[in-house]
Amino acid sequence: MKNKSKYLAYPYVIWMAIFIVIPLVLVLYYSFTSGNIHDPGSLKFSVESYGKFFDSLYLNIIIKSFWLAFLSTVLCLLFGYPVAFIISRAKMKHRGLLLLFFLVPIWMNFLLRTYAWMAILSPNGFLNRVLEMIGLPTLAIMPGQKAVVLGMVYNFLPFMVLPIYTVLAKIDKNVLEAAMDLGANGLITFVRVILPQTIPGIVSGVTMVFMPAVSTFVISRLLGGGKELLIGNLIEQQFTVHRDWHFGSALSIILMVMILISMAVMSKVDAGNEQGGAALW
Amino acid sequence: MLRRNIIELRNLTKSYNDTVVVDAINLLIRENEFITLLGPSGCGKTTTLRMIGGFEDPNDGDIFFEGTRINNVPPYKRNINTVFQKYALFTHMNVYENIAFGLRIKKVPNDEMKKRVQRMLKLVDLEGFEKRHVDSLSGGQQQRVAIARALVNEPKVLLLDEPLGALDLKLRKEMQIELMDMQKNVGITFIYVTHDQEEALTMSDTVVVMNNGVIQQVGSPVDIYNEPENRFVADFIGESNILEGIMHEDFLVSFSGRKFRCVDKGFSKDEPVDVVIRPEDIDVTSPEDADLQGVVSSVVFKGVHYEMLVESGDFEYMIQSTDMQPVGAGIGLKFGPEDIHVMKRGSDNEK
Ligand SMILES: Nc1ncnc2c1ncn2[C@@H]1O[C@H](COP(=O)(O)OP(=O)(O)OP(=O)(O)O)[C@@H](O)[C@H]1O
Ligand SMILES: [Mg+2]
Repeated sequence: MKNKSKYLAYPYVIWMAIFIVIPLVLVLYYSFTSGNIHDPGSLKFSVESYGKFFDSLYLNIIIKSFWLAFLSTVLCLLFGYPVAFIISRAKMKHRGLLLLFFLVPIWMNFLLRTYAWMAILSPNGFLNRVLEMIGLPTLAIMPGQKAVVLGMVYNFLPFMVLPIYTVLAKIDKNVLEAAMDLGANGLITFVRVILPQTIPGIVSGVTMVFMPAVSTFVISRLLGGGKELLIGNLIEQQFTVHRDWHFGSALSIILMVMILISMAVMSKVDAGNEQGGAALW
Repeated sequence: MLRRNIIELRNLTKSYNDTVVVDAINLLIRENEFITLLGPSGCGKTTTLRMIGGFEDPNDGDIFFEGTRINNVPPYKRNINTVFQKYALFTHMNVYENIAFGLRIKKVPNDEMKKRVQRMLKLVDLEGFEKRHVDSLSGGQQQRVAIARALVNEPKVLLLDEPLGALDLKLRKEMQIELMDMQKNVGITFIYVTHDQEEALTMSDTVVVMNNGVIQQVGSPVDIYNEPENRFVADFIGESNILEGIMHEDFLVSFSGRKFRCVDKGFSKDEPVDVVIRPEDIDVTSPEDADLQGVVSSVVFKGVHYEMLVESGDFEYMIQSTDMQPVGAGIGLKFGPEDIHVMKRGSDNEK
């Protein structure tokens, strides 16, 4: 019995080795070497690519990437939490429908959705046409950071709503009644009972929005009009335009480490809540 | 001692999708009373309690608290606390914080809060558990936290919905005594829900027997047991033999093909009635000097006594006796006039 289950794990181990470990090792290898990619003999150890990164140009890009991703995450949280809350409060039979409403866009192609926003937001797009028609001044949202953030929020909002909804739906109605019974009005119940119990959902929502937002290159390219270069675009360009795989790899590793650090911080928040969270209040 | 009314239910009615689950009940609850709602599962006990607590809006009728109508007062403004049927503890807090929750909201100063929580922990025998996570407690310990969390607020009325349901027999007995002590010591009104008739009879000052959302009888445990007002109460409280009979005149009833002297009166002539005889009130004798004769059809050992089924005529009597008779034995059944309880046949005689 025990042996059998061991064999069952092999496909996954092999899958992980081929698609996760080997590529990671390769990226790591390229990031710490320099020379001609197509001539393996010429590659030698070097931290040159990492050194390159400490250029104000690149540093600014990474700061901007994190800033926009942070902004989008906060906006997703601000919109997503109430949405998840309302859905979790809805009648059982309506919940599925409401949730579907928020999830259907995910089933559409990501590029398509983003192109749709281009059609809406571009200077001669749908939005400005409508504004013109009703005699209002047109807006210059796209290309620009506002459009990029909007694109991120739109695309990643479901990843915030879903995990928060899941924890909210699990909260026992009796527990909320108990809070009321003990003298807590709606606001106090929310702050002291609901919010602390949904922190795990918030943490996974934030992680699931922040990670793709900080590394996206499609949204920034399409809605930023090429002006709003993010770290994702930078990495992409190293592989497609500049053919500098070493620098591209180094940038990928840097991004990965930074994401890992942010995740570690987030999980600290989560763990802190598990243990002595009540003392906070 | 004359005690003031603290809660009054008037015509209180609740229905879900046209099904009436609490049907126009009227009830007076006095200060410091230990009152128990007793009835089979689904009879509307929890629903009644939830209306008093403010978690359910009645469809009709009124709830008065110290003379003021409180139908529209939200739960957090009622001077009532609840021990919920499913504990409903705050799983993100430890034991101390759970119990302190209500006091924190009332902004009770820290050192007083500490004192009161400690006193509660002592009362429910959970000293040293302050820092424990409530998920790590046993069912019985959780239940005691729930009791402490409600009681620490010193409400005027405490609602308890089957608070001992999750405990084993021994712990349940202990907690019953502790709860009764607490109620006497702290001096608050307990409205207690249970479907365990023994628990109700042991603990309460007053028992309210409910069935299908209707109050069947309100009375002291002794009254309820000895003077059941109808067949349902007789059947639900304790074991009983319920026979159909005819009340010929005052103090004379006939059943099982015989006439018996009894202590009941006030029925019309030859009125059909229900007759209740408790199994422990029937004595086993030799067939010759008995009122009724029968044959033992089964014997079960119950610890304190034997429970025997005895066929007599077309009725099977249940008898509880320490005097064991073998299956097949012909015996006599004997009972006195005061053991015969005659009841009107009500409309709710579905059983
Ligand atoms: N929210 C609700 N919607 C529909 N029906 C309900 C609802 N709550 C309770 N009921 C019904 O009302 C009736 C009474 O329920 P209640 O919970 O008061 O019973 P109870 O006497 O407390 O039973 P138990 O001893 O099993 O706890 C039951 O038939 C139940 O199915
Ligand atoms: Mg109940």
